[in-house]
Order: sequence, then C-alpha cells, then structure tokens
Amino acid sequence: MHLGRTARTALRIGAALGFAVIYVPLLLVLVNSLNPDRSASWPPPGLTLHWWSVAADNSGARDAVWVSVKAGLGATAIALVLGTLIAFAVARYRFLGRGTVSFVVVLPIALPGIVTGIALNSAFGTVLRPLGVGLGLFTVIVGHATFCIVVVFNNVVARLRRTSGSYEEAAMDLGATTFRAFVDVTFPLLRSALLAGGLLAFALSFDEIVVTTFTAGPGIQTLPIWIFDNMTRPQQAPVVNVVAAVLVLLSVIPIYLAQRLSADTATSSRV
Amino acid sequence: MTTDTPPAAGRGTVRRLAGALHTRPRLRLTLLLTAPLLWLAVLYLGSLTVLFVSAFWTTNSFTSEVVKVWSTDNFHTLFTTPVFRQVILRSVGVALAVTVLCAVIAFPVAFYTARVAGPRWRPLLVVAILTPLWASYLVKVYAWRLILSEGGLADWMLAPFGLSGPGFGLPATVLTLTYLWLPYMILPIHTALEQLPANLLDASADLGARAGRTFRSVVLPMVLPSVAAGSVFTFSLSLGDYITVQIVGGKTQLIGNLVYSNIELNLPMAAALGTVPVVVIVLYLLAIRRTGALNSL
Repeated sequence: MHLGRTARTALRIGAALGFAVIYVPLLLVLVNSLNPDRSASWPPPGLTLHWWSVAADNSGARDAVWVSVKAGLGATAIALVLGTLIAFAVARYRFLGRGTVSFVVVLPIALPGIVTGIALNSAFGTVLRPLGVGLGLFTVIVGHATFCIVVVFNNVVARLRRTSGSYEEAAMDLGATTFRAFVDVTFPLLRSALLAGGLLAFALSFDEIVVTTFTAGPGIQTLPIWIFDNMTRPQQAPVVNVVAAVLVLLSVIPIYLAQRLSADTATSSRV
Repeated sequence: MTTDTPPAAGRGTVRRLAGALHTRPRLRLTLLLTAPLLWLAVLYLGSLTVLFVSAFWTTNSFTSEVVKVWSTDNFHTLFTTPVFRQVILRSVGVALAVTVLCAVIAFPVAFYTARVAGPRWRPLLVVAILTPLWASYLVKVYAWRLILSEGGLADWMLAPFGLSGPGFGLPATVLTLTYLWLPYMILPIHTALEQLPANLLDASADLGARAGRTFRSVVLPMVLPSVAAGSVFTFSLSLGDYITVQIVGGKTQLIGNLVYSNIELNLPMAAALGTVPVVVIVLYLLAIRRTGALNSL
C-alpha cells in the first residue's frame, strides 16, 4: 500500500502516542518510588532514596516475596511435568478426544480467575477439609499449577510439532531404548521450550492474585496479596511504591531471557 | 535382543520395560495421559461442575447453611432483581467498551510496527509491546491509581485546560482495563499485518485503489480475524475482573465484585452469579467463531 506523506506522519504520531501511553505509567511508578512525600501528587517535591532503605527493612514485604517464590517454584514444577506429558500425547498420538484435551488445558486461563478461584475454593472445602487438610501454601500451589499447565503445554507442543519423531526413531534404530532416546535426543531438543514454558509459568504464578485469594490459607500472603492489602493504607504507601518499582525493574529479566531462548517459542502467556 | 556386552541385571530390566513400552503405543499413551487428566478432569472440571451444580442450591436465610435442594431460585433472583440486571449489563458494557478502545488504539500502533517502521526496528518494537505484559498486573493498576488520584498526573496535565482528571469511577475502570489488555490486542494485529502479502496491496494499487480504499477492501477484511482473536482476551479478561474495579473504580460494581461479596454469605448465589460471565464468554466465542478467529488463538 502506497501511503502518502501525511498518512505516514499520522501513523508515526499515532504509534508514538500509543507507546507513550504504554510506558508513561511504568515510568511514573519508578519516579514515584523516589518521591519524599507520602502522597502521590504530581510533580513530586523532590527525589530521595530514603524509602528504598525503609522498604529493604520491611519484613512483611520480604516474607511475601519468599512465599511467592515458593508457590511459583512448586506450581512451575508441577506444570512442567503435566504440561509436557499432555504435549507429548497431543503431538505424537491420535486419539479420541484429543481436541477436547487441548481445550480443557486452555480452559483454566480462558475462564475468569474468580470462577476458577471459587470452584477450587469450594472443592478444597468439601474434599480436603474433612480429611483435615486446610487451605495453605499447598492449595495455592495446586491452584496455580492448574492454570500454569497451559503455558508449558503451548511451548512444548509448538516445539514437538516442529521436530518430527524421526530423530527418536533413528536413535532407537541405532539401539537406544525409549528412555535413552528421550534423554539423549528428545530432551535436548525440548530444553529451551521447557525453559521458556517454565519461565512463563513462574511469572504467571508470581503475578496471580485472584486464584491466590481463594486458595490461600489465613497465614499465607503472596506478594500480590501483600501489595493489594497495603495499597490503600497511607502509612504503607512509600513501601508499596518501592516494591512496585522493583517489580517494574525486575520485569526486564524475563523479557531478556525469553529473547535469548530463541524466537520460535511462544513469548507470551495468552497470545 | 543382543548387545556386545552382557547387560547387568538392572539394565536388563530397564531394557525389557523400554521394549514393552515400545511395542505398546496404547500403554504409552495411557501413561502419558493419566496424571494430567486426573489433575485437569477430576480436580479442575470436577470443581467447576460442583460449582455450577451448587448454583441450583440455596442457603438457609437464618443459618447461612447451604441447602442442597434443587431449585432455580438463584437464577430467578438474578434476572428479576434490578440491581443484578444493572450490574450484568454494566459489566458487559465495560467489556465491550474496553474491547473497542483496545482495537482503536492497537490498530495504528500495530500498523506502524508491522508495515511503516524500518525492518530492522520491527523486532525491537515487538519487544517494546511485550515488555508491559511482564510487568505485574497489580503494579499496572497501581500506576493508574497514582495517575488518577487527586492532584496526580492526570489532574496536573489537564489543569492548563481548566479541567481535572476523571478521578476514580467507571471511566477510570474502563481506562485502566484498556491499558492492561492493550498488548493482547496489538500483538495479533501486528502478526496479521506483517503476514499480509505485499503483492495484494500492489495489485490493489495497480487496479486504481487509493490507500483508503485498499485499507477498507483488502487490509481490513484480512486483519479482522486477528482483531476478533485479540478481542477474546480483552473481552473475557474485562468481564471477570474485580480487582481493578476495587482499586480505581470508586463505588462502581461489576459482576466480579458481586461474586466476591456473596462468596462468604451465600455461596450458591455467588455460583449463580459466576455462571453469568462464563455463559456470556461462551456466547461471545460462538458469535465470533465464524470469523475464523478461534483457529488463530
């Protein structure tokens, strides 16, 4: 399409505005963490690193980070195993209900989090409570793993479709057992897809608030829950500002890693 | 099976097991699917089924105990109580408004990144679109709380024009949700535009179409399925949201808030309310299935 000069300029301005809208709020969070004032009024009266040191000493936030990391690692481990198993079944076999299986994998992330949350909450209440198992970190991990399976599945299934089974067959023709072929041939082919899927699963779990709200026991506070609880408390505002700024800065890491892990793996959770 | 060196007893067992697996593909498939299906079908679908069944139960108004007797009372209440009707309509309206806003903002951005920007810049711009996807959901909502708060960035920017920001309320909710889900709309449109064959555009120009005509008759019809695919996320994520509304919505209520506030006192009612977004989303998926959008999800 041969766009005129005016059309190009208009698009350029439109795109620039779009990118400004995307990045201004994130920059604002960074600047606001240096605001010496407790209120969020703009422009800030000055800049200070004082609240960063206050936040570093905040045990509530630190504990919440630790709980989030544990939940994220647990959910990622389960999702890696289950997601990979389904990916192999769907990519390497034809069976009745194959389409249904891939649909059910996507469902936990397609339905609103609150529906998934209350469903799991009532199920845990009716099945686990009589067994003496209350809500706690364990139920958070189970809840998170349920919607993390899909991102591992997506990454692994995309890789398996790209690499046909003939490599494994060749290995087995050369005398390798099924297990040996998996360890020496299939696994190395899948490694970066597993890493990308695991990374996404961890990020998804680390960010999740709705399902966490309904599956966490009374003493379990993940970082999103901590932020949500403290967001509207004026006393805690400076610490929340710093935690938010740290999270914005940390989000660069997964992007860098995802870029390193080759371009053919799905780089986002839902798209 | 012969090998050069006689295998040790342990390795022999592994070999026999591997051989048994190799000759029985059905067994391999069963082993692959058992654990995941137990998890997803029993734990997840089972929970969902119990939830939807419980929408037909009621609660004793004195003791708040769940009464497991089948009745459609909850759905009757849902459709006859004006407040519930209003909230449902408002939620669908918010989801549609967010979807339209996302599409309108995403189009020029995606068009620029896919077809106008220099080819060397394009991968970098895609990363720039993806970056906010990794930033925490709560942090992004928090950023908008800062912007829209009294004396915040919005007030400061609008002050020279004698205006003030929208404050917390329904417009703030729509604005924040649009911001949150925008990348989910930009990316599919970008991909579709990037894959648009250049010779189609040339052919259109050769036949005498100007840019506007080419856009309407060639570009738009080919990109529409991707807009529909993006809209599944913007629509469904907006419809279920209740956290954003709590943070920037002021007194605004959406379906999610009603579900949340009913969950302790009246679980069957919360379940009935929860079926509403699920049904709306399924209807939405069926409606846009014709565009072929679901194949590109």
